[in-house]
Amino acid sequence: MTDELAETRRAAHHELADHIEALAGDHCSRIEMLCDELVVTVPAENIVQMLMFLRDDGACLFKQLVDICGVDWPEREKRFDVVYNLLSLRHNLRVRLKVEVAEDGAVPSVVDVFSAAGWFERETYDMYGVRFDGHPDLRRLLTDYGFEGYPLRKDFPLTGFVEVRYDDTQKRVVYEPVKLVQEFRNFDAMSPWQGPDLVRVREALPGDEKAEKKG
Amino acid sequence: MAEIRNDNFTINFGPQHPAAHGVLRLILDMSGEVIDRADPHIGLLHRGTEKLIEYKTYMQAVPYFDRLDYVSPMNQEHCFSLAVEKLLGITPPIRAQYIRVMFCEITRILNHILNITAYALDVGAMTPILWGFEVRERGMELYEQASGARLHANYVRPGGVALDLPPGFIERTAIWCDEVSNFIVDMERILTGNRIFRQRTVDIGVITADEALDWGFTGPCLRASGLAWDLRKAQPYEVYADLDFDIPIGKNGDCFDRYLVRVEEMRQSVKLVRQCLQKMPDGPVKVDNHKIVPPPRALMKQSMEALIHHFKLFTEGYHVPEGETYTAVETPKGEFAVYLIADGTNRPYRCHIRAPGFAHLQAMDKLSRGHMLADITAIIGSLDIVFGEIDR
Repeated sequence: MTDELAETRRAAHHELADHIEALAGDHCSRIEMLCDELVVTVPAENIVQMLMFLRDDGACLFKQLVDICGVDWPEREKRFDVVYNLLSLRHNLRVRLKVEVAEDGAVPSVVDVFSAAGWFERETYDMYGVRFDGHPDLRRLLTDYGFEGYPLRKDFPLTGFVEVRYDDTQKRVVYEPVKLVQEFRNFDAMSPWQGPDLVRVREALPGDEKAEKKG
Repeated sequence: MAEIRNDNFTINFGPQHPAAHGVLRLILDMSGEVIDRADPHIGLLHRGTEKLIEYKTYMQAVPYFDRLDYVSPMNQEHCFSLAVEKLLGITPPIRAQYIRVMFCEITRILNHILNITAYALDVGAMTPILWGFEVRERGMELYEQASGARLHANYVRPGGVALDLPPGFIERTAIWCDEVSNFIVDMERILTGNRIFRQRTVDIGVITADEALDWGFTGPCLRASGLAWDLRKAQPYEVYADLDFDIPIGKNGDCFDRYLVRVEEMRQSVKLVRQCLQKMPDGPVKVDNHKIVPPPRALMKQSMEALIHHFKLFTEGYHVPEGETYTAVETPKGEFAVYLIADGTNRPYRCHIRAPGFAHLQAMDKLSRGHMLADITAIIGSLDIVFGEIDR
C-alpha cells in the first residue's frame, strides 16, 4: 500500500474512534488503535446495542459482519475473547470489537442483527465452548458428530484424545484413545541468548549457577 | 383405511455427491420437489489448520495456506505473508510485489476456469470443462516453473517470494494470456447465450444487495448483486493502486449473474497479468534481512554468518513482535483474511482464518428455499464452494 493511502486510512480510523467515543463511549470499556487497526472492547451485555449502533449510525454504516472468532487466554480470569470484525463498504472502514467472557459465562447472540453471525457463532462455540444466549441453533459445526471437548482451547492437546479407524472384524469405524508411536515433541524455541525473558530461561539451564558464582 | 400422504420427506444429499464440489452433506426438507429447508452439515474435511499453525513457526505455517482453498493457493499464502509482514514492519521489494500480484491474478484465472466449467458441467454442459482443463493445466505449468509445484506452491513467503522467475517465464506467460483470452471467447460462445444454461441459472438463487451484505457475502457473489466492492480497489495492497482494471458487477444477483461476473473478472485478470509483465522491474525478490528470509545457497558455502542464519531460520524461525492484525485480501472467492495474534515468540499465538466460502455456504438455506431439488446443484456451483477453506 502506498504511504499516503495508508496515512489517509489511518486518519479516517482515528476520526471514527473519536466518533464512537463521543456517541457510544459509555457502551465500551476501551477504544484503542493496534497496528493501525481500530479495536473496541465492549462488555458482553452491550454487544448487541453496540453492533446495532455501528450498523445504523450514519458515520459508521458497518453493514457487514465479516467474521467472528474466539481467542483463548487461559491465564486470564475471563478466559475467552470473542472477536467481531466489521466492514463498512460506504465509508471503507474496518472495526474490531472484542468481548471478554469467562468459561462459564455467555455472550448474547447477534444473529438478529447480522444473519451471517449464525455459523460464525456456532464455530466459536464448537472450537472454544463459548455459549451464545439466544442463538436459534447452537450445534457443533466443524467437529465430528458426537465430538467431546473444545479443540482450539490452549489446554486441548494438538493430537486430540481419540483416533478413528475402520475395524475389519466389526465392520465399522471404531474410536480409540490416541496412541503415539513417538512422544509428542513440542520444542521451546525461545533461544536462551536472545529470548525476551532471559532470566527465566537462564535459570532453567542446568549449570548456569556456576557461571554466576564465579562472576 | 385412512389415506397416507407422504408429500414431505427429507433427503440426504452427499457427502459423496459429484455436484457437491467436495464433501458437503446437505439435509433437505422437501415438500414434493420443492425445498422447504436446507441444512448444510460441514466439517467433513476439518483438519484443524488453525490449531496446527499455533504449533508451527511462521515459515512452517505458510504451506497450510495452500491446502485451504486448494484451487487458489497463492492468494492465501499472500494474505498470510501480508499479515506477518505487517507485524514485522517490513515491505517486500517492488519486483516481489509485481510477481505476487501477477501470480494472484494467474490464480484468479485458474480458479474461475475451474469454477465456471465445473458449474457448467453441473447444469449439463460437458464441453467447457474439457476445454478449460487444457488451459488450466498450462497455467499450472507456470506455477511449476516458478515454484516447482503445480498446486501447493509455497512460493509467496513473508519478506518476498521464494525464488526469482526462471528465464523465459515472461514470454511464456504472455503466450498463455493469449490462450486464456481465446478460451474465454470460445467458452462464452457455447455458454452465455445457451438456452439450457440460461434456463438452469437465470433467476435461480437470487440474493439482493442488502441481503448479501447481511449474510456476509464478498467477492463475485457480492458483486453479482450490484455492489462494486473489491478490496483490490477499495483498500489496495501491493501494487494494485498502480494497475488499471475494472470491477464487473451484476444486476440481479442470481446464478447467471455470478457466472457473468466471473467471466468478466477473468478478462480483467488477463489485463492485469499483462500489465505486470510489462511493468515488472528488475531487482531483488526478497527483503535484504537474513534474520527473516534465508540467505542464497551460494553465500552459505562461503559465509559462516549466512550458514548460521540459515540454520537458525529453519530450526527456530524468526520471532514476530507482539501485536495483532486482521489482514484481508481479495481472493477469487471473496474476502479471505487472517486474524493473527503474535506474542513475541517464533509461533503465532492465534491464527484465525476467515474463509469467504464459509459465509456463502451459510446462506444456502436462504438461497435454495422454494426452489426445486435440481436447482441445488446450480446454486452450489454458482457460490464457488471449496471445502478446504470452509472446513479448515
